[in-house]
Amino acid sequence: MRQLRWPYWLGVLLVAATLLLLPFALSAIGTAWVRITNLAILFVFLALGLNIVVGMAGLLDLGYVAFYAVGAYTWALLASPHFDVHWPAWAILPLGAALACVAGVLLGAPTLRLRGDYLAIVTLGFGEIVRIFLNNLSAPFNITNGPKGITRIDGLSLAGIQFNASETFLGIPFTAPIKYYYVLLILLLVILIINLRLADSRIGRAWVAIREDEIAAKACGIDTRNVKLLAFAMGASFGGIAGGMFAAIQGFVSPESFVLNESIMILAMVVLGGMGNVWGVIAGAMLLSFVPELLRYTVEPIQRALFGRMLIEPEVLRMLIFGAALVLTMRFRPAGLWPEKRHKQEMSVAS
Amino acid sequence: MNSVLLEARKLTKRFGGVIALKSVSLTIHRGEIYGLIGPNGAGKTTFFNVITGLYACDEGEVWLAGERLDLSRPHRVAAAGIARTFQNVRLFANMTALENVMVGRHAKGRAGVISAILRTRGERGEEAAMRAKAMELLRYVGIERRAYDLAGHLSYGDQRRLEIARALALEPKLLALDEPAAGMNATETEALRQLIEGLNRDGLTVLLIEHDMRFVMGLCHRIAVLDYGEKIAEGAPAEISRDARVIEAYLGQGAACP
Amino acid sequence: MDILLQQLINGLTTGSVYAIVALGYTMVYGVIQLINFAHGEIVMIGAMVAVSVILALTDTALPPAFILLTGVLAAMPVCMIIGLALERLAYRPLRKAPRLAPLITAIGMSIILQHVALMIWGRDPRAFPQLIENASLAVGGAAISTVQIAIIATSCVMMAGLSWFVYRTRFGIAMRATAENLAIAELMGIDTNRVIAATFAVGAALGAVAGVMVGAYYGVAHYTMGFILGLKAFSAAVLGGIGNLPGAMLGGLVLGLVEALGTGYIGELTDLCHWPFVAEALAERCHADGHVVLLGSNYQDVFAFLVLVLVLIFRPSGLLGERVAERA
Ligand SMILES: Nc1ncnc2c1ncn2[C@@H]1O[C@H](COP(=O)(O)OP(=O)(O)OP(=O)(O)O)[C@@H](O)[C@H]1O
Ligand SMILES: [Mg+2]
Repeated sequence: MRQLRWPYWLGVLLVAATLLLLPFALSAIGTAWVRITNLAILFVFLALGLNIVVGMAGLLDLGYVAFYAVGAYTWALLASPHFDVHWPAWAILPLGAALACVAGVLLGAPTLRLRGDYLAIVTLGFGEIVRIFLNNLSAPFNITNGPKGITRIDGLSLAGIQFNASETFLGIPFTAPIKYYYVLLILLLVILIINLRLADSRIGRAWVAIREDEIAAKACGIDTRNVKLLAFAMGASFGGIAGGMFAAIQGFVSPESFVLNESIMILAMVVLGGMGNVWGVIAGAMLLSFVPELLRYTVEPIQRALFGRMLIEPEVLRMLIFGAALVLTMRFRPAGLWPEKRHKQEMSVAS
Repeated sequence: MNSVLLEARKLTKRFGGVIALKSVSLTIHRGEIYGLIGPNGAGKTTFFNVITGLYACDEGEVWLAGERLDLSRPHRVAAAGIARTFQNVRLFANMTALENVMVGRHAKGRAGVISAILRTRGERGEEAAMRAKAMELLRYVGIERRAYDLAGHLSYGDQRRLEIARALALEPKLLALDEPAAGMNATETEALRQLIEGLNRDGLTVLLIEHDMRFVMGLCHRIAVLDYGEKIAEGAPAEISRDARVIEAYLGQGAACP
Repeated sequence: MDILLQQLINGLTTGSVYAIVALGYTMVYGVIQLINFAHGEIVMIGAMVAVSVILALTDTALPPAFILLTGVLAAMPVCMIIGLALERLAYRPLRKAPRLAPLITAIGMSIILQHVALMIWGRDPRAFPQLIENASLAVGGAAISTVQIAIIATSCVMMAGLSWFVYRTRFGIAMRATAENLAIAELMGIDTNRVIAATFAVGAALGAVAGVMVGAYYGVAHYTMGFILGLKAFSAAVLGGIGNLPGAMLGGLVLGLVEALGTGYIGELTDLCHWPFVAEALAERCHADGHVVLLGSNYQDVFAFLVLVLVLIFRPSGLLGERVAERA
């Protein structure tokens, strides 16, 4: 571990340089691509959060998007003209994560005793309920502004930098999406480190043990209920952070963004990438974020050229891909494209 | 110090109409190897499941080292000092052998989420100690070569050893083994016997379910016999093998096996 | 108008539909312990197929009852084929897989079916043609429509038919044996694969009819209608005791009634102008609007979920289910 040689550092350097320069390369192709990348990174946050719950602890949560919604609405309500309050980011983002965490515990506490399939249905229902409330909490007191959603949400501003505005620095133009990209990149690094450390810790092992055999885990002295709750809470808080950033970047939230299909998308990313494997999940999230976008730009012209009209809308195709990803992965590669390899990481430490 | 380690008082467990345990009481002393035998379906495994809190029992209580166990929380039972193995090995198949043992040590650690995220000095120390202890146990049961292999990839005999190592990681007061020799060949069984004797010599109390009579009779200090959920005999191996009710229970079941 | 009676009638109607859909969940669960998430979508496809067929025939001179029947008879085989295909292609290969695998597959299939339906029938709701003249009869202080009578009657007939099938035929015995213990049923010479496939087919056929009933009742069919309906019917199945056929019927009816009564009264109960103290604080608004309703009937879909959670917490085995211990 200690004596890492120069090829390693060269690799790190190359990856870092690529990541740093990426937004400029992308804006050369089209400004939309930086935005798409930012959303893809948000999905990586979500997928990593869900990975703790589904991938590591083996608890099938189908309402994960609810926690995303909690984070997003926390930001939207506390930093917009809706209530005319404008809290700073350093206060809302942690608050959003904490509220999502509380929501996770509230949902988990009564339901975690349930068998796996019941848990799936209850979380599915929970996601739907949160959406119903978001849609209807506009009367008699207007809290969420209903289906119209909340607009003109404050962007992120930190240390005097307004992330919503473009500016030129050292002669280089930094657009809003590019600035957000760097924030997200830093957050991603933090979340990645947290996940890697958790995966290889006492609690992380307990999560995996519960997934592998809950009864044996109990017999090993693991308080399965608390440890599961912890997974729910941790997973939810990542969802809350992603939600907050989503609200800041989009400047607009509505219940439309937090539907079941989103939960399914995140699940598909985790499943396809490889449940439990942090790197696999990241790859899965990236793949399933970008492929539909690529298709969006190619499917329409191809269809028009071939059939003279649109047969499958890109939106529909996207959901078909997610559905197929779930079904086919389970059938042919249940451990995902990049399966969890618990022994490899140990080998490097041992030798 | 009191010599009683485990005391089960009038345990009763029903499954619908089946009475798997009928007011079973037994006492295990410190330092003993205590055998639990009986025909198939006699309720031996159920007894294990009840004293480890995995099944809620209908009546009765269990005391360990002078304290009453809270049977509704299996992890507390484990932490209080009963470690067990399962009749049909239950390992964490997609974790390495080493990790399996480290999970077995869960109750001995304290590191939580925060300290793991921050990799505090305390957490790193605990991890290192856990790893070292787990390695030591793997060596003790003789499978340290397989430390980094997935538990699911080990041979059957090695899986059984690993399960014992995982149970030992808890540093239990009582080690409960459910048919540890089942499916083992003669050499493996002999190695297992030496392992159990060694553990016992080091002061560990062992509770053992086993069908292999030679194994049980040679190893155990005292034996209890269950039949249809009832304890029909208890005593030293020599007495048990002469006991009329025991012979009847086994012969009644079919005299084929001596 | 007698609100209570009216809501009871409405609840009985939706409840019988829930019961029929719940039977599909519970039968499949009974034999292979799988929650067939995609069952709701099968119901939706049943409704869609029926709408298409009925629309195609409306302008003909055929009698309305015949058209309706044709619609149902077209929907049933389509749904049965989908049910069979689901079982054969998606679930059967996973029978020995870890428990999460078939569940995840089921969700995937559900999404696929939903979007295939979207491709075929489009994004907009399809109006369900009114074939039966929707007359309503006065009962006490309430009204019951011919559609409601038809739904309740059809459901009763189907439940009776299913009971006969399950409890009186050889095949039903094989099915119950498989549900009891698959391995032993197999040893006894039952072709469990066939039994499981047939269970899916029967469940899907019931689902098809349920789809037509829902479509006829609400007057529309939409590609997303299967999701909430499925969730509710599943809740009904759990309420009755999953795996238990009479339980599903009872659970469906109870859930329908709870939902109807809840929706009927929640507005009144949460009208803040009737609450002590709060009303005073809101005196101005109460005076202006007459009501300040905290939770209105738009929370209708919440009741099923509440029932589901409460049942799972306090009586996971359901109203008629037996307690089964997990094997250690
Ligand atoms: N979870 C359960 N549900 C229903 N019945 C059970 C359950 N566990 C055990 N039983 C029943 O309780 C009785 C005792 O079973 P147990 O497994 O304790 O026997 P055993 O003595 O360990 O037998 P073997 O030597 O075959 O392992 C049997 O009749 C068994 O069928
Ligand atoms: Mg046994």
